Amino acid sequence: MKVLVTAKRVVDYNVSIRVLSDNSGVDLNNVKMSVNPFDEIAIEEAVRLKEAGKVEEVIVLSIGTSASQEQIRTCLALGADRGILIETDVEVQPLAIAKCIKAIIDKEQPSLIITGKQAIDGDNSQTGQMVAALAGLAQATFASKIELNEDTATVTREIDGGLEVITVKLPAVVTTDLRLNEPRYASLPNIMKAKKKPVEVLTPEDLGVDVTPRVKTLKVTPPAERKAGIIVETVEALVDKLKNEAKVIS
Amino acid sequence: MALDADTLKQLLDTIDKFVENRLRPLESQVGAEDLIPDDVIQDMREMGLFGLTIPEAYGGLGLNMSEEVAVARVFGHTSPAFRSIFGTNVGIGSQALIIDGTEAQKQQYLPGMATGEIIGSFCLTEPEAGSDAASVRLTAKKDGDDYLLNGTKRYITNAPKAQLLTVFARTNANETGSRGVSAFLVDVKSAGISMSQPYRKMGQQGTYVCDVMFDDVRVSAANLVGGKEDVGFRTAMKVLDKGRLHISALSVGIAERLIRDSVKYAAERKQFGKPIFEFQMIQSMLARSQTEMYAARCMVEDAARRRDAGENVAALAAACKLFATEMVGRVADNAVQIHGGAGYVEDYGIERFYRDVRLFRIYEGTSEIQQTVIAKDLLTQLG
Repeated sequence: MKVLVTAKRVVDYNVSIRVLSDNSGVDLNNVKMSVNPFDEIAIEEAVRLKEAGKVEEVIVLSIGTSASQEQIRTCLALGADRGILIETDVEVQPLAIAKCIKAIIDKEQPSLIITGKQAIDGDNSQTGQMVAALAGLAQATFASKIELNEDTATVTREIDGGLEVITVKLPAVVTTDLRLNEPRYASLPNIMKAKKKPVEVLTPEDLGVDVTPRVKTLKVTPPAERKAGIIVETVEALVDKLKNEAKVIS
Repeated sequence: MALDADTLKQLLDTIDKFVENRLRPLESQVGAEDLIPDDVIQDMREMGLFGLTIPEAYGGLGLNMSEEVAVARVFGHTSPAFRSIFGTNVGIGSQALIIDGTEAQKQQYLPGMATGEIIGSFCLTEPEAGSDAASVRLTAKKDGDDYLLNGTKRYITNAPKAQLLTVFARTNANETGSRGVSAFLVDVKSAGISMSQPYRKMGQQGTYVCDVMFDDVRVSAANLVGGKEDVGFRTAMKVLDKGRLHISALSVGIAERLIRDSVKYAAERKQFGKPIFEFQMIQSMLARSQTEMYAARCMVEDAARRRDAGENVAALAAACKLFATEMVGRVADNAVQIHGGAGYVEDYGIERFYRDVRLFRIYEGTSEIQQTVIAKDLLTQLG
């Protein structure tokens, strides 16, 4: 069985984001970049399935500038077998990414596609679902447990009310939630070996995909700064403020 | 072979992530319990940290000096006790074997050291041979095909956890100085070896140091490092050059950590109605710390590059260790001062670093010994 996993290059989760002074976007100059943490969980799951003998090959896919090679290498060090980079300088949006992934699914015919439930930059949470729709595959989103059977997968999903267990036919698209696993640290010898693993570089044009953005970003602004709190004297004063100032109770 | 820039970056990023996410949260616990949890040591083994400098042919990573100091600097961002666990395998515990060992000796021990199954310890210091390391008294007398070792080694780092000891012993009783000393690879389970209780130390809780006593310990001649008698002291000095650069880099890393913690604290802590960072006397302490740290970093990186290029860096390594370890002492002192009361109490961990870094000016050659090495080299250069 072949598994396709995605790895988006995003600003590291430890970095405090700064908005550019012209409000055109987020400042990426000299900022530490990493694999989207939800994608890292996807890679970890695929590698564990391989180690358990249920999967033969793990392919990691990234879409973005050539710098995304770095994230592919990280995933190869974590245990993926080979990488594919769809290189583009265009700011790719979920639909374009989903079309690219669909093209790779057509090419590689994986039995399972694991993606992060969302990337921590745009927080769109759209790509996995769009891939499933475009490719006509079953989907199991927000997974906290995946069990592979012969031609199905039993997936525990984290939903608002608790946990939902569903069985989907393979091939299927699974998106990962935070509690699916805890990703490992790459071993240093594997980091050195990762350099020797193959990475195929393609362009959206090679795959016949139009990645032109459909959504235009008008303005990016930082969230409003939190105002200083106050200490109220009595419960009555608190209720009054919640009712009349904050208007959160009536 | 030197790593390409991408691979080295991946390596350092991974270590940085491990240090920040896995080790830093445990600092206070390790300090209080004087114990590094076994699962952390196991994670270090799995990451390959024990084999950083062991050649690839024996299962290690074979990092060169520049790469090794880059890694040591990142490990300086957390308590030095963590580094110490694998530090002897990277440095003094394995290098005598790597530098001067025979092929058979390397085959026998290095693969196990690279995975961390074998922990190595370096036994040079004795009760009467500290800074005067050449005056080794522990004897190794030939007995058939073997040697019999008798004597005591003092303050041996990691000995309670070690499986393999590199022991420096006097094979030639007629020589009292550096000639007449030989290096032996000794299995810690050999009959006649006993160890003292670990010492209670000023800092670096979680690492253990004890005395090792040898009473008619039988060691095969095959375990004489390099198969040659009386050249052990030269081996020891080569080992120490490398270790001194490693400790210098570690000092730079700790200074970086302390400066970062101090800036953060100074930016948040308010007195007289504003963050104390805005006071110039605080800024002065930070700016001086940063400048000294940067100077030490440049020295270490330069000396490491020169060593990789094949230069003899004995005096440069001494200069690096002298400056970098004294620098981190001053930076730690400033960090306590900037934190004020918070720097003196346990909660912020600053006082722990202050105690931890004090050792760097003492072990693997005191600051005073480094100065004599530098001065002697100056005289030699005069011709």
